[in-house]
Amino acid sequence: MKISFTLNGAEIRMETAPDRRVVDILREDLGLTGTKEGCGTGECGACTILLDGVTKLSCLMLAAQIDGREITTIEGMAKSGELHPLQEAFVESGAVQCGFCTPGMVMAGAALLEQNPAPSDDAIRTALSGNLCRCTGYQKIIDGVKQCCRKEHEKKEPS
Amino acid sequence: MNDSQPVRLGERTSRFDAAAKVCGAEHYAIDHYPEGFVWAGARRAGVAHGLLRSVETAAAERIPGVLRVLTARDVPGTNRYGIIHKDTPVLADTKVRHAGDAVALVVAETKEAMQQALAALVVVIDPLPPVCTVDAALAPDAPLVHEGRAEGNVLVHAVIEKGNAAAAFAACAAVVETTFHTPVQAHAFLETENGLARSNEDGTLEMIVSTQAPFRDRFEISHALGIPFDRIVITAPYLGGGFGGKDGATVQCLLALAAVSVPGRWIKMVWDREENLLAGYKRHGARLEYRAGALGDGTLHALECRLYYDTGAYAHLGGEVLGLGMEHAAGPYRIGNAHIEGWCVYTNNPVAGAMRAFGVCQVSFAFEQIMELLAEKLGMDPLAFRLKNALLKGDVNAASVRLTTSTGIVECLRKIGKHPLWLNREAWKAAAPRHKKRGIGLAAVWNAMGYGKNVRDSAIAKIALGEDGGFIVTNGVADMGQGNASTFAQIAAALLGQNAGRMRVIQPDTVSALPSGSSSAGRTTYAYGNALVKACEELKHRMINRAGLILFVDDDRDLRLVPGAVEHAPSGRTIPLDRLASFMKPEERISMHHFVTPVVTDLPDTGKGLAYGFPHLFFAYGAHCAAVEIDLLTGIIDVAAYATVTDGGRVLNPALFEQQIEGGVAQGIGYALMEECLAGEGILRTPNLSTYIIPTALDIPSIDTDWVETDETSGPLGMKGVGEIAMNGPLPAIANAVADALGTRICHAPFRPERILAAIRESML
Repeated sequence: MKISFTLNGAEIRMETAPDRRVVDILREDLGLTGTKEGCGTGECGACTILLDGVTKLSCLMLAAQIDGREITTIEGMAKSGELHPLQEAFVESGAVQCGFCTPGMVMAGAALLEQNPAPSDDAIRTALSGNLCRCTGYQKIIDGVKQCCRKEHEKKEPS
Repeated sequence: MNDSQPVRLGERTSRFDAAAKVCGAEHYAIDHYPEGFVWAGARRAGVAHGLLRSVETAAAERIPGVLRVLTARDVPGTNRYGIIHKDTPVLADTKVRHAGDAVALVVAETKEAMQQALAALVVVIDPLPPVCTVDAALAPDAPLVHEGRAEGNVLVHAVIEKGNAAAAFAACAAVVETTFHTPVQAHAFLETENGLARSNEDGTLEMIVSTQAPFRDRFEISHALGIPFDRIVITAPYLGGGFGGKDGATVQCLLALAAVSVPGRWIKMVWDREENLLAGYKRHGARLEYRAGALGDGTLHALECRLYYDTGAYAHLGGEVLGLGMEHAAGPYRIGNAHIEGWCVYTNNPVAGAMRAFGVCQVSFAFEQIMELLAEKLGMDPLAFRLKNALLKGDVNAASVRLTTSTGIVECLRKIGKHPLWLNREAWKAAAPRHKKRGIGLAAVWNAMGYGKNVRDSAIAKIALGEDGGFIVTNGVADMGQGNASTFAQIAAALLGQNAGRMRVIQPDTVSALPSGSSSAGRTTYAYGNALVKACEELKHRMINRAGLILFVDDDRDLRLVPGAVEHAPSGRTIPLDRLASFMKPEERISMHHFVTPVVTDLPDTGKGLAYGFPHLFFAYGAHCAAVEIDLLTGIIDVAAYATVTDGGRVLNPALFEQQIEGGVAQGIGYALMEECLAGEGILRTPNLSTYIIPTALDIPSIDTDWVETDETSGPLGMKGVGEIAMNGPLPAIANAVADALGTRICHAPFRPERILAAIRESML
């Protein structure tokens, strides 16, 4: 089938099988390998993308489901060479080890901050609980989200 | 990171690899999709034990897009690999020994064609009775997993003997005896086993693999398939996790076989999560029978233990894993009399191999509960009892090795004893809400660093001054996520007085890099780092020397490296590094140096049966404290808080140090509470991440990471490895906390709610 969608701000039109997985479209067909696959069954969160601003698992989505929609992947988070504030906070807080869960974590964390700019620790842990990380023990990832909130807050209300 | 300042050691700096990873720009092995690539996949046996009668390939071969269907008959060479024991077939020939054995390999144009062909294969196996437990394997009439072995199903049987344990119990005022069980754990790295291979016209075999040991992989492939190792070129990009599970061949031999069978095409193999859990390596499940005694004054006096490790169908490093378990079986304590006997046995269970805290986290569960039981019996404070017996530098450990290197367990224990979690334990426990009980538990642990005796542990570092005045470190040890590549850049930048922006690290490939061993055993940064320090010193020396020539300076001692230049300190004159580079010949801009990790020279007369990797000279130490709250109605354990103090020598970068400790603790909490690969009759019952459960952000508490800085004078800038130590603490610390809360001790891990509920019921009887 023919599908068209917005990907990181650009219009994409392509011919694809309607049952092709979105994660395969992104990684294999479009070369956007920042979106990872860790299980293929919706358990690990490594393939998290934003669909119309909402986190979705691209390993569980098929081509037909993205027709006419707006997708953001990790490659779309940095704008004109500037890291997204959460990406910057992840770098600074030591949230990245092997880095394989990181793109999914960034997507999940950024979606949380869109909805709730000052989440509690519990809210952060809950929001990230669908994203498995095997390296960090999550502490520095949570620190990263909190650091990002702090910095964004300071930007808005300079002391 | 402030890029105008030279990088310093001991400072908290961001990882050099973080920016690319956080943007999704880092290319792991799995991210490579070269032009015209095709897919390879393996058909797994699905039967734990049996005689392989036939693999009918005709139907699979007829599927459009299928390029080759390969069976054992198509394997050139020995069709066997294995790090020490060459007992693992690339494709099963006469027998299948576990359900994950590969029996056939399909190469196809598309993934769909490959999957159809795998399903169309007709595999005929005559089942044999599976050997599923250690006891079944050791029974006199047990079926043999590997036919024709005089030792039966015993891979390794060994004894460590010190003093006279049997006689020493008579003098003991307190004797305790308990049997412990630890589960089979999966590494569960997020990037599953995968790689690419292409056989080229010039006879070379090119590979990109998610591997911890690219140099050793060449020998494995070479032995199994009869390809000269010098024709195999392996690149090891950053790994999406490893933890030991990518130390040893996974996709390597299968991919190489596919590539030589379909030359000229890039062939990609990716194990999905089920294949990873079925066919990937595991941590050894163990049964540990302990008897220990202490004198009336609290001196640990006698230990007898029997350790049984289930290595599954193939040896991998099972004997060496057992050896580490035996070497650490008495804990970080002085003890005069010990009889430590171990068996590592073959079964038809999934293959157990290397995993973070290699054999040690099993015995940590046992000895740290034994310490608690002895303290209780003696009426001593558990911390005081540990402190009284903790090893000091100069002591002789239970393996009869005199500790001549940094030994900081006493300092760790003292520091954890001052932690608020420990100091305020009674008040915190008393504040438990209704239907809940709280407990606090301690654990003191140790973990050897390096491969140990008889396994040469060496690295060769390479650093170059580039034409642009930047520096390139050619990493020789794969970075599976621990950040050794970043630490190498940090070390080099600090020694050469440069800022982060001037450093570049190339990840290992077997052409550019020099053999530096595997990414394992807490030895990566220690061994390569030591080599790198020397390589940097030599390069610096050359640069200063040439700069003196250009600047007309008599005394090299007046010259120093500053960011981007060499400076003549008295006059302030400088020569930029790019200009300096242009004056140097390419060969003098490259500096290489090697390092061999020292081993025990005063060898103890014990450890009979342990041929490789026994004993060790270096150890990291740690003291852990866990606070748990147990729901008496559901049996669910909440680890409410966790604190650690670690001796890893000097801390080069607190951020990376904490990463290793926090990550190890999280894996340890998973090991304690939920993780267990269950196999019934050899068939895996936990084939995915909804049945094999690992901790999420909701399961791990905030972890307080602290350290004591001993100076490991043999280490690069005083450090020693801390990749493994933290994994050892959580299971015993949580076990002791659970016992503290419930008044009853659970010696069977993991502590799933049903086990806790049973213990609660028992304690109420």
